[in-house]
Amino acid sequence: MSDTLEKVQAIVVEHLGVEAEKVSASASFIEDLGADSLDTVELVMAFEEEFGIEIPDDAAESILSVGDAISFIDSVKK
Amino acid sequence: MRRVVVTGIGAVTPLGGDIHSSWEKLILGESGASSITRFDPEGFPCTIACEVPLGEGLSANDGSFNPNDWVSPKDQKKIDTFILYGIAAAEMAIKDSGWSPRSDEDIFRAGVGVGSGIGGLASIEKTAHILKEKGPRKVSPFFIPGALINLAAGQISIRNNLKGPNLAAVTACASGSHSIGEGAQMIKNNKADVMVVGGAEAAICPLGMAGFSASRALSTNFNNTPEKASRPYDSERDGFVMGEGAGFLVLEELECALSRGANIYGELKGYGVSGDAFHITSPSPDGDGAYRSILMALSDAKIETKEIDYINAHGTSTPLGDEIELRAVERAFEGQVEGLSMSSTKSSTGHLLGAAGAVEAVFSIMCMKENIIPPTLNLDNPSVETKIDLVPHKSKQKEINSILSNSFGFGGTNASLIFSRYYN
Repeated sequence: MSDTLEKVQAIVVEHLGVEAEKVSASASFIEDLGADSLDTVELVMAFEEEFGIEIPDDAAESILSVGDAISFIDSVKK
Repeated sequence: MRRVVVTGIGAVTPLGGDIHSSWEKLILGESGASSITRFDPEGFPCTIACEVPLGEGLSANDGSFNPNDWVSPKDQKKIDTFILYGIAAAEMAIKDSGWSPRSDEDIFRAGVGVGSGIGGLASIEKTAHILKEKGPRKVSPFFIPGALINLAAGQISIRNNLKGPNLAAVTACASGSHSIGEGAQMIKNNKADVMVVGGAEAAICPLGMAGFSASRALSTNFNNTPEKASRPYDSERDGFVMGEGAGFLVLEELECALSRGANIYGELKGYGVSGDAFHITSPSPDGDGAYRSILMALSDAKIETKEIDYINAHGTSTPLGDEIELRAVERAFEGQVEGLSMSSTKSSTGHLLGAAGAVEAVFSIMCMKENIIPPTLNLDNPSVETKIDLVPHKSKQKEINSILSNSFGFGGTNASLIFSRYYN
């Protein structure tokens, strides 16, 4: 398991109160993990904080799943 | 005419995490005041408050309040503490009432009305710091819906699936009483059959304490003896002690309550409202607003002053307000006040601002149920003479069939409620 996946999972578990095993790369925040639109804003803020990056609003809008988040974070970290 | 009865009560107060632990301490004459623990109050003119006792809560059954009993830790981060108290006290009241919907129509006919004086002040303060230190992108998306006053009513409706009227009175320290009175109007006017009504407040934060200190409303002479600070009518009173918490009633249309065999605590018979049109923080010296509010409630209830057995006073322990209310009561009762008892439970709980009237309505219901009047603590030397029994120091047994409860707020806004024992 990648370092990014592990950290993203931990953030999602904490903010959405879901079980860790449900937080797979393909899981959609809203459809699979029960988030609402405000939760997704907060998740993006938590990713920014954890990884020390900035996620612009247009990029944030395309981050719909755990996998989307990991790809974006890894792309800016490189 | 549609009659409105009380079928459920719930409260979170500085005396306890539920109504029964709160009531027990109230009639024993205990004070909820202590040095502030929520933040370091050093340097503040007033360093004391009446805080809700946090602890293990339901599992320990020790009268403490545990937020986790009511809202998951994840969701607690999305709401201000005033909403947390509101959710808890409302759910206590709903459970106590035994009401549950039997049809969609029942759901549409059940509403919520919750007032608060200030709403999410601590959240506003905390978020302002984040904005200043980290910039606008770090402001939580839950800040606004976690701080807005009407989100107490919103949250309670969502959690309990109540789809009737959804309202929030914002009338400073009269918010709780106005929410109850306006909720009753919804039932009387046939816009709802059930209303979950009350008030919630949590303003014991640096901004709240600094703000009320600046407006010279808080007691500052008793920082070393907190339990002595709230002393309504006493000659040494010097301001109120800030409290926090929530109080709730389930109001129900009489036939609706009877048809399901509900326990009826009493009837909400009278509601009076008025404005002072005088000053932003001071009550009008002639007590005219309070007087007209009381008269309107009496007239609405269609009862004589001699039928009122007890008045739960606004009595905040401020130098001006207490005497003005006392004189307004004497005037409304045309001096016929012998045998009339009036006490201020704020001497025990402090002043819960927008939750005060609602917690005091809950206490009023308990007075009628138990036939006990709670005392006015610390009333050693009344500052004025009166024939009204101000119930100093100790609670007393008395048959109580009708109660008047007053609330007055900054801006010159007044509310009076009359609860009576239910008779067919």
